[in-house]
Amino acid sequence: MKESNPSLIRPSDKSFFPYIFTALFVLAFVDSWRRADIDPVVFFEKKGQEALWKFLTGMFPPDVSWNFISLMLRPALETIQISLWGTLIAVAIGFPLGLLGTHTLAVRGILNDAELQGAPVRRGMRYGLYFLARGLLSLFRSIPEFVWAFMFVRAVGLGPFPGVLAIGVAYGGMLGKVYSEIFEAVNYRPLEALQSVGANKLQIFFYGWFPQALPNFVSYTLYRWECAVRASAILGLVGAGGLGQQIEISMRMFNFNEVLTILIILFMMVAAVDYISAKTRAML
Amino acid sequence: MRTVNSTQQYRLAEIRKVFARDQVALDRIVLTVCRGERVALIGPSGAGKTTLFRLLNCTLRPTSGKLWIDDEDVESLNGKDLRRTRSRIGSVYQQHNLVPRLRVIHNVLAGQLGRWATLQSLLSLFKPADVEIARQALQQVGMPEKLLERTDELSGGQQQRVAIARVLVQNPDVILADEPVSSVDPSLASTIVRLLIEISQNRHKTLIVSLHSVDLALAYFPRVIGIKEGRVSFDLETSKITEGMLEDLYSGNFRDHSMTEAISERVQSVAYPSVG
Ligand SMILES: Nc1ncnc2c1ncn2[C@@H]1O[C@H](COP(=O)(O)OP(=O)(O)OP(=O)(O)O)[C@@H](O)[C@H]1O
Ligand SMILES: [Mg+2]
Repeated sequence: MKESNPSLIRPSDKSFFPYIFTALFVLAFVDSWRRADIDPVVFFEKKGQEALWKFLTGMFPPDVSWNFISLMLRPALETIQISLWGTLIAVAIGFPLGLLGTHTLAVRGILNDAELQGAPVRRGMRYGLYFLARGLLSLFRSIPEFVWAFMFVRAVGLGPFPGVLAIGVAYGGMLGKVYSEIFEAVNYRPLEALQSVGANKLQIFFYGWFPQALPNFVSYTLYRWECAVRASAILGLVGAGGLGQQIEISMRMFNFNEVLTILIILFMMVAAVDYISAKTRAML
Repeated sequence: MRTVNSTQQYRLAEIRKVFARDQVALDRIVLTVCRGERVALIGPSGAGKTTLFRLLNCTLRPTSGKLWIDDEDVESLNGKDLRRTRSRIGSVYQQHNLVPRLRVIHNVLAGQLGRWATLQSLLSLFKPADVEIARQALQQVGMPEKLLERTDELSGGQQQRVAIARVLVQNPDVILADEPVSSVDPSLASTIVRLLIEISQNRHKTLIVSLHSVDLALAYFPRVIGIKEGRVSFDLETSKITEGMLEDLYSGNFRDHSMTEAISERVQSVAYPSVG
């Protein structure tokens, strides 16, 4: 609430909803503490301390032998490749679906008024496509990439390919949703002017929509690529290739020093991707 | 069908436009505009001028009533035919009608979109087609040196001239301008109005301009139409318009009008923040 409207937060308000919400909020926290097995005592018990200690000391010094690092080069490259192809597929899915799911482009507003007024069949079809696109996008993104990876490993076998597919589908859903929001937020007046020249929807898109949306479009896509680098490491844990698979192997063999090395490599990769995307954004 | 020797550019019969929640923007408008005519449209804020322009350039359809352009019934038009009709009508808007992040040349060449195939227009964004045409159009509005600049780096008045250059490239039969000068200073305002008139005279185009400045309307246009609350309040030769009619049009606030102008501009920019 703005300060200029203090009456909204004054406790003298008769409404008792705030109290109910506060109570529910607190209850939710207390309840999930119990259910999530949050147990700080583990840090003070001898057994817990020993396990933690073993894990932490086991990590140092990291294994920086060329022997091990050279073994990790391929998986590291694989992680980058998974993230790149996964993001590419995500854009290929998210872009068209995002377009169809942009209601100012598909069904509403001045760009559709003249076309759809008095044409119920066409309007119905457009709405159908619109809801189909929206539905697919939310289906894709409501299932976590981890679960997608799990399913794709079953479907196409171990290796990087299920990782690519998992990122492509899950991130496609996220990208599409955000793309449609970006497209909806552009200033519509230039679009109206282009329409009045006699441009068709695609021309309006290329000349008015996309140029206005470009900076946000690029930055969000790059941001998703960063996330994909991290995600593709995680996906390795279920057998979808890349560095994650190596982490899993080293963990299983209690070689925690190798784990630390891999985490350092991963950190450097994410930092590099971050740097590249910052540079790209600055160019726009 | 289009009859080439017809003299009627526009014919409106009992046009109504009702928006959601029974918002009546235009109410039984009857109007005829002949080819090559120059008409000014005046009226208070919210009178329905912009809505009328959107009907005239076929981006909106009337709720009821008939609209003929060149003796062609607009209601029957769809898809390609609709776009072809639109391409014969050029529009200049109050502001924000150029794509800010594009270079001037692309905004000017956008006038060709009705003629270009989709692929050709896409390619032109990378390697501009018809550079010479764009250059000439900018020359005519007096700023050929801005060809490659980014549009959002120009001043408001310069942008308005780019919009006019776009209309020159489009080379339509009709030029519609909805408050083309309310975001520029008074001396530039009359320059832009004169430019529009010059173009319509030289190329024998119909010109319809809505203006918040009554003085400009009376000074430059042979015919003035007053719109109030969605209806035609008067439609006369300029010499027959009296002070009383103007008082009536602006509900007695005629002389304060310069203030309402500034306010209405702001109201309009917040009133429809997105398409819809
Ligand atoms: N898209 C829309 N949806 C709902 N109502 C609208 C829409 N466009 C215009 N209106 C309404 O129609 C009426 C006429 O608006 P219009 O923009 O045509 O007025 P105007 O004469 O151009 O005003 P101004 O001089 O302020 O530009 C107003 O009451 C406005 O609220
Ligand atoms: Mg208006």
